[in-house]
Amino acid sequence: MGLSVLQSRAPEPRETAVDLDNVSIQFTFPNGNVFKAVAPTSLRVGEGEFVAIVGPTGCGKSTLLNATAGLLAPASGTVEIHGNPLVGLNRSAGYLFQQDALMPWKTALDNISIALETNGTPRREALKTAQEWLGKVGLARFGDRYPHQLSGGQRKRVGLAQVLVRHPKILLMDEPFGPLDAQTRQIMGNLLLNLWAADRKAVLFVTHDLEEAIALSDRVVIMSAGPEAKIIGDHAIDLPRPRDVSDIRLHPRFHDLHRSIWEQLKAEVIKTYEPEDMS
Amino acid sequence: MKINHAKLLALQVIVAIASLGIWYVGSKVPIFGKFFLPEFFFSTPGDVIARIIHVFATGTIWKHLYITLVETILAFFIGSAGGILIGFWFARKPTVAAVFEPYVKMANALPRVVLAPIFMLWLGLGIWSKVALGVTLVFFIVFFNVYQGVKEVSPTILSNARLMGMNERQLFRNVYWPSALSWMFSSLHTSVGFALVGAVVGEYLGASAGLGYLIHQAEGVFDVTGVFSGMVILSAFVLIVDWGVTLIENRLLVWRPQSASSQA
Repeated sequence: MGLSVLQSRAPEPRETAVDLDNVSIQFTFPNGNVFKAVAPTSLRVGEGEFVAIVGPTGCGKSTLLNATAGLLAPASGTVEIHGNPLVGLNRSAGYLFQQDALMPWKTALDNISIALETNGTPRREALKTAQEWLGKVGLARFGDRYPHQLSGGQRKRVGLAQVLVRHPKILLMDEPFGPLDAQTRQIMGNLLLNLWAADRKAVLFVTHDLEEAIALSDRVVIMSAGPEAKIIGDHAIDLPRPRDVSDIRLHPRFHDLHRSIWEQLKAEVIKTYEPEDMS
Repeated sequence: MKINHAKLLALQVIVAIASLGIWYVGSKVPIFGKFFLPEFFFSTPGDVIARIIHVFATGTIWKHLYITLVETILAFFIGSAGGILIGFWFARKPTVAAVFEPYVKMANALPRVVLAPIFMLWLGLGIWSKVALGVTLVFFIVFFNVYQGVKEVSPTILSNARLMGMNERQLFRNVYWPSALSWMFSSLHTSVGFALVGAVVGEYLGASAGLGYLIHQAEGVFDVTGVFSGMVILSAFVLIVDWGVTLIENRLLVWRPQSASSQA
């Protein structure tokens, strides 16, 4: 089978943006029990590389992302960002959360401009840039709307603009399009690829949707079912760019990749439905 | 179930007319030689309306309305300021909150009416003893809401704001403060209502002006018409204040979905 070929690591890319070295993560409950979420795991994301992490639900994908963002301290191992050990929050990262993270008391425009104002940009200038970004995500006329007046997809667009307006060097995304319907996901996927193509940041994209992962990324990393989840597969996606998220699914190579990665993923997904893990 | 607007209004008017009618018949028309609602105890609708018109026409009521309004406003603002301050302090300093928790609960459990005589002793018969009573009521409502509002900020929004690079001061201004305010405003009707209760009860127990004082005076001389007219004016006053609060609320909470801002 061609599996061995596909599993070979992608050619070592450019400089390293994110370097997780033997990172393990555990949670201690108030009653003293320790839950080992992620077993010692290493992952490297190159500069300008789009890496997707795929795995069954509850496998610790988001946990790994939070460690990269500095929201969670690893129990062991080190997190290095651009070669420097991460201390505290990762300020060079932009994080697009799965849940709504917009401030509901600010309009769409203010939600974007605040990201700039926080870092010292004068308000007038911040508003101007924010308005440009609203245009880039296709919401130029929605600046005065409050989050609850926007649809789920529109809120995600504002969230994307809020993250990208600061030009973070690293983009972390935690199932950002999870709650959206299939059509909106594809539109958002294309929007993301277009914006990303403009200045190729390093992206760490967590999803449980394998098709989405393949369509978007340069590399798909498979995580095993938790607890003590670890990375069990690393597949280079050699599909041509620029891609259209909906068209690329018809590409014959897409099917080959999907079949071989799914075989590995399927075993892990089934594991999460075994009775012993239902506790 | 939906009732159309005109029909609803008509039904509401019918209820008013029916109650006034029963009151009128009971107090004016003898049934088997007896009055159901003797005039001495219940007055009559006509007398009460005449009295209300009289106090407004002669202008004697304005002074009392003004005093009650001033007491209400002062109690509301002082109580809210205290509640916001302490609420923030406790929410950001869990140790402080833990130490004071039983005392806060104890103070809140105390029926505030018993404090009225003490405030009168300390602050005299002027407006400040009434304001103090209102403050003790408003403070706890605002305090609990601000405390909750600061503690229950969505962790996602907080993480997002932190990663955006916000320092503590910016977090306060852009995240904690609006969240706490939204909780506080959701209880605005209750806290304004309690400020008014504090003022009126305080006046009732000892004062020289105000709506509560008017009602108390009338009661002292068995002037039932005076008591009833005072109550009607008081309810109308409360409705107007409440309407004002709704206007302010709608302006301040535009960002909230409709369903969340409608509450009992």
